[in-house]
Amino acid sequence: MSAPMISLQGLSGTTVFDQSPARAKSGGCASSSCGSSAKPHEMDSAVWEKIKDHPCFSEEAHHYFARMHVAVAPACNIQCNYCNRKYDCANESRPGVVSERLTPDQALRKVIGVANEVPQLSVLGIAGPGDACYDWKNTKATFQRVAKEIGDIKLCISTNGLALPDRVAELAEMNVDHVTITINMVDPRIGAKIYPWIFYGNRRYTGVEAATILHERQMSGLEMLTARGILTKINSVMIPGVNDEHLIEVNKWVKERGAFLHNVMPLISDPAHGTHYGLSGQRGPKAMELKALQDRLEGGAKLMRHCRQCRADAVGLLGEDRGQEFTLDRLPDKVTYDASKRETYRAVVARERGDRLAAKSEALGMVKTAGSGKSLLVAVATKGGGRINEHFGHAKEFQVYEASPKGISFVGHRKVEQYCLGGRAEDKSLDGVISTLEGVDIVLCARIGNCPEDRLKEGGIRATEAYGYDYIETAIGALYAAEFGSEPLAATA
Amino acid sequence: MAFKIIASQCTQCGACEFECPSGAIKFKGETYVIDPKKCTECEGTFETQQCASVCPVSKTCVPA
Repeated sequence: MSAPMISLQGLSGTTVFDQSPARAKSGGCASSSCGSSAKPHEMDSAVWEKIKDHPCFSEEAHHYFARMHVAVAPACNIQCNYCNRKYDCANESRPGVVSERLTPDQALRKVIGVANEVPQLSVLGIAGPGDACYDWKNTKATFQRVAKEIGDIKLCISTNGLALPDRVAELAEMNVDHVTITINMVDPRIGAKIYPWIFYGNRRYTGVEAATILHERQMSGLEMLTARGILTKINSVMIPGVNDEHLIEVNKWVKERGAFLHNVMPLISDPAHGTHYGLSGQRGPKAMELKALQDRLEGGAKLMRHCRQCRADAVGLLGEDRGQEFTLDRLPDKVTYDASKRETYRAVVARERGDRLAAKSEALGMVKTAGSGKSLLVAVATKGGGRINEHFGHAKEFQVYEASPKGISFVGHRKVEQYCLGGRAEDKSLDGVISTLEGVDIVLCARIGNCPEDRLKEGGIRATEAYGYDYIETAIGALYAAEFGSEPLAATA
Repeated sequence: MAFKIIASQCTQCGACEFECPSGAIKFKGETYVIDPKKCTECEGTFETQQCASVCPVSKTCVPA
């Protein structure tokens, strides 16, 4: 390859990687208490080694690494009230939705095709529709074939847990060291409101009996994974009035049994999806209700806040979906794995993330020395790499950070309709962007035009391109110091 | 003495195929089909018809 750096442009462009972080200095805060949830030194080093390249398990990694899902296991052994197996849509982005199901051979072709084109790829997951542990033959065949071709790819599955205890030994044998179990209850009476039936031991069970079996299998599967050192993330769907309060109890149970991360996701409920909840008018939680619950869970099992509830055939960094670029008809008939792009990328990331960590530590020091009791909510336009490197008008989502005396923490993302499409700015979508950014104090982006900047200002939100291409934390640290610092620290190194 | 699959409702998940104790279910063309010569309605093997018990869509695996 004559110009390997070009292949990395999908992330953030060569100029970005070549820029040395202007504000990065060593030193700053050395205390471990200043870290955000993803800092490696707060974590057991063996665990960090396992998650550091996994975008869903590590908040830090999601800036650099991509995952792909292959839908090879469509059969399921339970029915959930938030799922409708008949629904399929290319334009929807949510769990369970796929545009094509693959055989293990087709999946291998797709994984190689993506690995050759997307250097950020680090994880292959099987996450529906269906259950990877129940439709085991297909799951196993896919993992074995892919692992043989691409030795360093991480394998992970998502499961409802009913068939999990039967598969733990084989998962361990195949080096699957990341498993997600969806656990929505630990009280079968609540489970009976979420699961109309399960299929277990050659028959269908309903009601509390069904939920009791599911609950017992989920707990024993989790314990077995923990015993083998397999990292387990718990997904819970927050269903207002059904299990919202109960998730506090769920969080305790899974933490006690060794779950590494707890991801509380909002119920997606729309009559058009044809799910039981959609049709019966069960609402999903509002963004602030979700945040309030997540805040109450702080101190229990560690929370995941960067989940995008992606499609079951998603490809790419979290927050972007390139799945439609890699449908079977767009892949060559014969593919051969070429490791060069992924290897080059990993070398760049190793250097880059070291720089960023130092910059982050410096930034946290700035926030603390500012000595203000106030907090600042900052929305960032980014296309990855932990940098402010996206134009305001091109952003499909903003990452929201909170800077306070406690430090700088990622609080979530807000999806928006792209304001600028094909060079043309849409006034109507700007209104939508402004209302989505409600509560945010300032927007940081690589570029913004005068007109949208003025319109944002009218809505009480400032925006600036002054920190374009900086590391996110560096910029927020400098911004916070400039806003609240008694003697503003010079932001230049 | 046989079941059939209502093709228009089938989601092609294939769970019925691997639960069928008689090997009567195969994917043909665009859908799963039950071979009436092989289907025993699970009599003598299981209490309930396996295809109907695992099928995610009600009234899709039904008596022929």
